[in-house]
Amino acid sequence: MSEVLVVVEATGEFGVKKVTLEMLTLARELGTPSAVVLGGAGAADALAGKLGEYGAQKVYAAEGDQIDGYLVAPKATVVADLVKRVQPAAVLLASSQEGKEIAARLAVKLDNGILTDVTDLAADGTATQVVFAGSAIVKSKVTRGLPLVTVRPNSVTPTPAAATPAVEQLTVTVTDTDKLTRVVERVAEQKGSRPELTEAGVVVAGGRGVGNADNFALVEELADLLGGAVGASRAAVDSGYYPHQFQVGQTGKTVSPQLYVALGISGAIQHRAGMQTSKTIVAVNKDGEAPIFELADYGVVGDLFKVVPQVAEEIRKRK
Amino acid sequence: MNIVVLVKQVPDSGADRNLRSDDNTVDRGSANNVINEMDEYAIEEALKIKEAHGGEVTILTMGPDRATESIRKALSMGPDKAVHVLDDALHGSCAVATSKVLAAALGQLNADLVLCGSESTDGRVQVMPHMLAERLGIAALTGARKLTVDGSTLTVERQTEEGYEVVTASTPAVVSVWDTINEPRYPSFKGIMAAKKKPVQTLALADLGVAADEVGFAGATSAVVEHSKRPPRSAGVKVTDEGSGGVQLVEFLATEKFV
Repeated sequence: MSEVLVVVEATGEFGVKKVTLEMLTLARELGTPSAVVLGGAGAADALAGKLGEYGAQKVYAAEGDQIDGYLVAPKATVVADLVKRVQPAAVLLASSQEGKEIAARLAVKLDNGILTDVTDLAADGTATQVVFAGSAIVKSKVTRGLPLVTVRPNSVTPTPAAATPAVEQLTVTVTDTDKLTRVVERVAEQKGSRPELTEAGVVVAGGRGVGNADNFALVEELADLLGGAVGASRAAVDSGYYPHQFQVGQTGKTVSPQLYVALGISGAIQHRAGMQTSKTIVAVNKDGEAPIFELADYGVVGDLFKVVPQVAEEIRKRK
Repeated sequence: MNIVVLVKQVPDSGADRNLRSDDNTVDRGSANNVINEMDEYAIEEALKIKEAHGGEVTILTMGPDRATESIRKALSMGPDKAVHVLDDALHGSCAVATSKVLAAALGQLNADLVLCGSESTDGRVQVMPHMLAERLGIAALTGARKLTVDGSTLTVERQTEEGYEVVTASTPAVVSVWDTINEPRYPSFKGIMAAKKKPVQTLALADLGVAADEVGFAGATSAVVEHSKRPPRSAGVKVTDEGSGGVQLVEFLATEKFV
């Protein structure tokens, strides 16, 4: 079977991201998964064990400042060279900002079609996408070149399939044009040990109804009790209650967790665009007419400052 | 500084949106079409840079006839002129082909800085800035929540999953922005009147040296095979809190095995 390249997403703090394990799981249906690690020196050795657990038969590594010190262009060059050499059956990347950016450059370099935010990929290359704020399902195919797709986190259940991958260091030859945008500084802002928003199994989100930044402690407390990530509506972000990288909705992140808890969120269509495909949705809002209740599996009409502390207390009691 | 802002007309994301049943493309005919919201932030950023450093702001749009409405709307915010790439052969173009056309147009406009929104609300594909940079061999600084211009040096604070990155490059460059970068101005009455007289140049594929079979359905690198409406979610249980709403909610979470 031919190789399927999976471009690895990982963080220094948490290691291989869950979406990478999802991609390896998907890749096994299409061929033999090979992971591609693009990062700082030593990245591949640190990640190879985990990648092997989920079926990576091989790990290609391109490491060092040439890769890590510039914005995505060198990474795309390395992957494009690898694609030309190994002629894979498909290339999978995460549907994150960086994954889409690398894929964008690959598509131009290889004159190849691209499909983003894919939730499933069949063996014949047919991809499933959920579009228009979760209101339509689209099946698409790359018609020129190989299936080059970015996979939306929380689309597939990662299943282990042990392998012992050998790490192959790639020779990195990037051009001056690849080095036009230099990364001067990387600043981590993620707080605590909460899971990443797009990957979390549980998301607890607060909206305008939370009232102010301090009150978001209530949202955070419930997120921690449920082992989830914290999200925020655009109204809450625009009001300065919570940082933008946690925004869920049309101009923020799209999440698809097992459980989405909406606190003080009315549920404007722009918000629903980012959370509509969640498996179970619960909502607390004082306005019984709020549109969020139209999609909530369980809704409580009430004052979140009374309801949420009671929820927290009850969960603690049951633990 | 010569700035070009990419503007896309999209179906209003606040209304019902559909794909056409005949050719699987976005239904723009029956939709209420608006400027892609994120592009308004790019226009605002361009105007701020022009106000601080001088120069000219040009709107670049690829789209059907009716995209003219969005071009005039964009001009009413303050840009100097616009270029509309208009050709029947463009209908059905994929992202890769679109980038070819826009890159060809940008090649004629000699921009120091190309500004655009980080994504459009219809496709949400988010690939155009890097596709254009790749084709033009210029820098891309994407996902800006802050942009600083110092002579020919651009510095961008870019939102990432973990926090932010500071990235820098020299012009010419493509910069895409998020809606956290500024607060777009509303067009003034004077601006709306002035926009009617601002020059809008129309370019066809032949003007750009792009062949008709490189774009549209003929040149598409991907295709929608089929599409269907996702069944809408139905409302579940709704209770009114009368003192035990929290406990009832946990009860539900417990039956669903979340607690």
